[in-house]
Amino acid sequence: MTAEIVAFVGVAVVLLGSSLAVVLTPNLFHSILYLAVALVATGVVFLLLDAPFLFGVQLLLYAGGVVTIVVFAIMLTERLVGRTIRQASRHLINGALLSVAVFAGVAGFLVQAPLAGARPGISGDLTVAVGRALVGAFAVPLELLGVLLVIALLGALYFARSES
Amino acid sequence: MPLGAYLTLAALVFAIGLFGVLTRRNAVGILLGIELMLNAVNINLVAFARFSGDLGGILFTLFTIAITVAEVAVGLAIVIVIFRVRRTVEADHLDLLRG
Repeated sequence: MTAEIVAFVGVAVVLLGSSLAVVLTPNLFHSILYLAVALVATGVVFLLLDAPFLFGVQLLLYAGGVVTIVVFAIMLTERLVGRTIRQASRHLINGALLSVAVFAGVAGFLVQAPLAGARPGISGDLTVAVGRALVGAFAVPLELLGVLLVIALLGALYFARSES
Repeated sequence: MPLGAYLTLAALVFAIGLFGVLTRRNAVGILLGIELMLNAVNINLVAFARFSGDLGGILFTLFTIAITVAEVAVGLAIVIVIFRVRRTVEADHLDLLRG
């Protein structure tokens, strides 16, 4: 139990710190590197919640895929304009006020809601159950997801095609 | 850890992501903020799934992760096209549709 608390606090600190760095660093490239840290930390949170399969998916798709795509996008746009893109922030105070207000609203609900204190035990392997559900009850959404991915791929290709 | 701890962590990350979306000028920076917000929602989904003993939340998280990746690919393609046409990715300069 204590080991779990230490792990949770450590991951929470890393996640919150890197998230803050993502939105605050002036250099866009550093921002993405911090985003990669935040995404891996989120994956570790999944691991703490007994979902090792989601941890793998998170690493492969988010930390691997999304970060690579964003780095490519920045390289391409910087190459096009021929200078490093600085990113400034605006409305810092208004943004902070609104974010704190949203958090306060959610926290208000959390304080009032009757939340479970302890998690139930796992019966069997969760990954096996996920796999069975994906080809069983959730087969149609899974196929639709495949269609969506193909459409997104075609859309991205269409947008990014060369001018000629 | 109780469910409330995970939900509070997710709410904090969501608020930070919202701050990024509201304050960034760069379109790619705004996309990164959206990523953070989606991650916070995923933490919520997995935490609820684990604490209620229902598999639905974990499956839903798989779907949201895949959809988010598609969204990022299309979003960044749009950013690159905007950059080609307008030579800027500052969201403030992209106001052609403003009435």
